[in-house]
Amino acid sequence: MTKKVLMKGNEAIAEAAVRGGCRFFFGYPITPQTEIPEYLSWRLFEVGGDFVQAESEVAAINMVYGAGGAGGRAMTSSSSPGISLKQEGISYMAMAEIPAVVVNMVRAGPGLGGIQPAQSDYSQAVKGGGHGDYKLLVYAPATIQEAVNLMYIAWDKAEQYRIPVFILGDGMMGQLMEPIELPPMKQPNDPEKFDWATTGSHYGEGRRIINSLYLKSEECLQQNYRLQAKYREIEKNEVICETIDCDDAEIVLTAYGSVGRICKSALPILRQKGIKVGLIRPTTLFPFATKVFEEVANKPNVKRFLTVELSAGQYNEDVRLAVNGKKPIDLLSRMGGEVMSAEDIVEKVMEVIK
Amino acid sequence: MPKWTKPKMLTDATLSFCPGCSHGIATKLVAEVLDELGLQSKTVEVASVGCSVFSYNFFNCDSQQAAHGRAPAVATGIKRVHPDKIVFTYQGDGDLASIGLAEIVHAGLRGENITVIFINNAIYGMTGGQMAPTTLIGQKTSTSPFGRDPKKQGNPIKMCELLATQTGPAYIERVMVSDYANILKTKKAIKKAFEYQIAGKGFTMIEILAACPTNWGMNPPDAMQFIKNDMAANYPLGVYKDIGGDK
Repeated sequence: MTKKVLMKGNEAIAEAAVRGGCRFFFGYPITPQTEIPEYLSWRLFEVGGDFVQAESEVAAINMVYGAGGAGGRAMTSSSSPGISLKQEGISYMAMAEIPAVVVNMVRAGPGLGGIQPAQSDYSQAVKGGGHGDYKLLVYAPATIQEAVNLMYIAWDKAEQYRIPVFILGDGMMGQLMEPIELPPMKQPNDPEKFDWATTGSHYGEGRRIINSLYLKSEECLQQNYRLQAKYREIEKNEVICETIDCDDAEIVLTAYGSVGRICKSALPILRQKGIKVGLIRPTTLFPFATKVFEEVANKPNVKRFLTVELSAGQYNEDVRLAVNGKKPIDLLSRMGGEVMSAEDIVEKVMEVIK
Repeated sequence: MPKWTKPKMLTDATLSFCPGCSHGIATKLVAEVLDELGLQSKTVEVASVGCSVFSYNFFNCDSQQAAHGRAPAVATGIKRVHPDKIVFTYQGDGDLASIGLAEIVHAGLRGENITVIFINNAIYGMTGGQMAPTTLIGQKTSTSPFGRDPKKQGNPIKMCELLATQTGPAYIERVMVSDYANILKTKKAIKKAFEYQIAGKGFTMIEILAACPTNWGMNPPDAMQFIKNDMAANYPLGVYKDIGGDK
């Protein structure tokens, strides 16, 4: 058991990135994630990496494209408006199959919105975000420890599938301080070991091309098939989802990220009141935990669901698809940076089971 | 007279350019220089968007195809991972001087140790002849059908002059490929830029005044004359910045 250290969420994410093998960061300052670039602006040099404060969010994501395509373990982080600016680059990376990690510490939107926590970038993160048919592997940690654990494996997954991995956090997680355990240092792979990386070492027949352009429709179709096959593989292998007390629950809460954590706090309060309550808390948002929802919805003891989210029902759309009309679903939604408390959730449960 | 042979750094792919287009000359010159400097198996090329988009099919080395205007950012990412390798971008004027203006300027300011081959033909070629940031005053294009009017469409951008005023770039020169003598000068400039990169001197950019006969509505010989008489008058040739051999 390693010693626990007290760290702020953003800094813990940055340190976990380094320990997970990240050596290159390209980014642009935006609240509430700025501690990530600030931390990495000195830390990466201690491990022989490099850090560039880019001229824009757009430049930053394209630097990640270059570095990731060259076989380096690279990342960028931002918050909602900045992530919108990066979408073109993320779409290119999906098509060119570039492994990299993108962190979004979500703030309230639309537009410039506010800097308080929100989950209103759900659809952007989970449905693609930029143009074209693509998906990212999307992790939504609920605690700083979980964020650390996910950052630690993020590049392994990114390289395994040659896909951008997306960490969907929020301002609350970024600013919170918690005692955490940090994993040991992992060395990044040698870029020369990849059979696709443009390291410059190849000439003639064996040369590598990182590209997202397929002008012939038949070739573009085949590449799309390839991507979709990869997403099906990810759906098969990579779902992470926590369920609590669904075996006897009459009402099942569902939430992800920080809100999942708040729901957890509501569970003992409700149980004390004699309410049989459970929780489905997915950690991966793509792939979505459809099977978990199906199984829980099929249980005779489960009478209804309550979706809890910091957006207008974006997450609930996927919950409804997965539950597929088997049980009624209510929604507790907050927007604009307002965060519900455990008591708010308790109150809503009491209201819907009446 | 020496027998001409195809540079090793050119693939066997058929060039996709129109008759009289200068891209073929520029591509060949870069490939020859990479050959002469022995940079096979040491180089990553970054293709851009426009008629230059297919350059990854022509250069016989590792390549990345960048989003429109972002080639210097992509090159930055590659170079930071592989500082010992040679990284260059191959960009047109719409890509570099319009949508990608921020990326080229800041790559220059960072003194990023990359080489930029900048093809300026004063027009958007790939999309069929629209006005470019470099289109000359009075020049007719499909989106300035009455000729570019500075009061309505602004003024042409001079990239060498702009970048040369900044600290960061190591070597900036404007050349043209209008005739044999100037083609040789162009090759010399390209070679010097790559030599600077090998020596780790920082950011280098060669602006090449080039012809687009198809979208200029000219035959190739007239297009060459247009480079000499009109392009060069508005975009004066010369070395705009050279930090020299010591730094």
